[in-house]
Amino acid sequence: MTPVTQVSGAAAVLARANIDTDQIIPARFLRKPREAGYNNFLFHDLRAADPDFPLGPADNPPILLAGANFGCGSSREGAVYALADAGVRCVIAPAFGDIFAGNASKNGLLTVVLPEAEVAALMAAARQGLPMTVDLAAQEVRGANRVIRFEIDPFRKRRLLEGLDDIGLTLTHEAEITAFAAAREAAHPWAR
Amino acid sequence: MTAPRTLFDKVWDAHAILTGADGTTLLWIDRHLVHEGSFHAFGMLQRDGRVLRRPDLTFGVADHYVPSHPRGRPVADAEAAGLIARLSANAARHGFDAMGMDDPRQGIVHVIGPEQGITLPGVTLVCGDSHTATHGALGALAFGIGASEVAHVLATQTLWQRRPKLMRISIGGRLGAGVTAKDLILAIIAAIGAAGAVGHAIEFAGPAVRALSMEARMTLCNMAIEAGSRTGMVAPDDTTFAYIAGRPRAPKAAAFDAALADWRGLATDPGATFDREVSLDGSAVAPMVTWGTTLDSALPVTGLVPDPSAGADAEARARIADQLAYMDLAPGRPLAGIPIDQVFIGSCTNGRIEDLRAAAAVLRGRHAVVPGLVVPGSVPVRRMAEAEGLDHVFTAAGLTWGEPGCSMCTGINGDYVPSGARCAATSNRNFAGRQGPGARTHLMSPAMAAAAAVAGAIVDVRKQVQP
Repeated sequence: MTPVTQVSGAAAVLARANIDTDQIIPARFLRKPREAGYNNFLFHDLRAADPDFPLGPADNPPILLAGANFGCGSSREGAVYALADAGVRCVIAPAFGDIFAGNASKNGLLTVVLPEAEVAALMAAARQGLPMTVDLAAQEVRGANRVIRFEIDPFRKRRLLEGLDDIGLTLTHEAEITAFAAAREAAHPWAR
Repeated sequence: MTAPRTLFDKVWDAHAILTGADGTTLLWIDRHLVHEGSFHAFGMLQRDGRVLRRPDLTFGVADHYVPSHPRGRPVADAEAAGLIARLSANAARHGFDAMGMDDPRQGIVHVIGPEQGITLPGVTLVCGDSHTATHGALGALAFGIGASEVAHVLATQTLWQRRPKLMRISIGGRLGAGVTAKDLILAIIAAIGAAGAVGHAIEFAGPAVRALSMEARMTLCNMAIEAGSRTGMVAPDDTTFAYIAGRPRAPKAAAFDAALADWRGLATDPGATFDREVSLDGSAVAPMVTWGTTLDSALPVTGLVPDPSAGADAEARARIADQLAYMDLAPGRPLAGIPIDQVFIGSCTNGRIEDLRAAAAVLRGRHAVVPGLVVPGSVPVRRMAEAEGLDHVFTAAGLTWGEPGCSMCTGINGDYVPSGARCAATSNRNFAGRQGPGARTHLMSPAMAAAAAVAGAIVDVRKQVQP
């Protein structure tokens, strides 16, 4: 995974709440291999219905500002692939679907949770074409003439900053995993 | 004397291998369910040259892309056929049990897990599907994961997780006649919001939940994700144990007794605390219907389509107006009487035998005035329904009796709702385009969907069918 440290540039605005993963990528495209370019499916049906839709398959700003509960619904990681393949590197919203945010962190897509009012201020700035910077190391968003601090799970932060391979890291705990499994299965043979 | 613990705490603690300095826990996973859609994760495993760590704890089933037309006919869509074949190929390569399209145990992953005795109280269970919370109905800690986490479980049989906050939703009273677990969960989501439980694991409790059958508890937990929670749980009790006894993969004889001793200790201790407590009166819940494209748009069937002017702010007003435009509904009109074009009865939410019985009870001796598709959740459910003659009730009413799978809930197996058509559906999501591009979905219970099929419109099943 490519490390993520800082994302700077313009931001697209999707000022509506509850954008579910079916909107981000309709289910009928999930059968495609990743090599098909998931950017082609990003917001496919919303784009078809709205010629002015702020995101397309390419040439997107690196930051997306969205309403609350972004990425709710299905666990499809394809929603993250679609955004990442289309060049979106950070999504800022008042809240995210839990599974979406987890998937994003595994694919170098940064999700930043900010209060509703801060997101609204950034949206206003973005609409004027003003750029912003998301600094993961400092846990700051700099834009709209302010510096806004954000919280992030330290586990996710470290893995994003260092671009770490989860499975490789986990297997450094091989001895503990093996011992745990043996003890659990001995104590609860029915659970096997 | 240890401090009082919740059901969630007990299952979590029993699976915590280690907790890092950053507060993230490495959890042991007892059961991993995979389906055709898990092909991305198997691809990652292969790309990185890793092996499946525990084939004996990995179970596969074809459900998402399986057609509902008779099994003898070929799968028309080459890509879907390829994914179904790929699951079997991955099972053969890695040595795990996979229930392909022609397996007598095949069905929707969240139906077959409990049905086969794969899902048990006190286990951790994951699957690359957001409706995995269903399995929490048996007292399992079960949640949906994405492809990267599926690959992680395949390779390590573990997952890194941050302990969520805990929410208890207590339902008092008793559900009324014609009111089901589907209505209850829709009422809960309407009350707490589509993001109301983000970051939380839910325990459903209280007398109205205790009184529910296992199938109904599965319906309840299934839609925890629609309130934003990855996990919904019900403490196991005698209803649970009676359901599990004798299932193919459930422990037998002495092993069952030993398991029972463990399972009886799982319920939340008196005095254990939750980060948030919500209470609802089950007796006050009416049959529910969604009018919009988010799950919190559920209202009692006796209600009216909302007016955008009722929105608290400009954003809320726009949100209602957008949904009404997509759904082609006029504000202020009664929900009852909205004409529908078709019905869908099935899915991991409402595709179990009790659901089919409830729908058949309404349809018996009646005719549907709109087309509809009834898709049982699994082959065993289908066979049971046929032994009871339910298939004849559906076909005599004019509905199509399908082969098991996810079908028209996800709309990727060839079954979908045409653009602009309005479907009364027993599935779990009313999102724009969910059942097909431009499809309009009204979610409701199986009895309500059956009643809508007969009336050709949304109706209050309590009025149509005199108990």
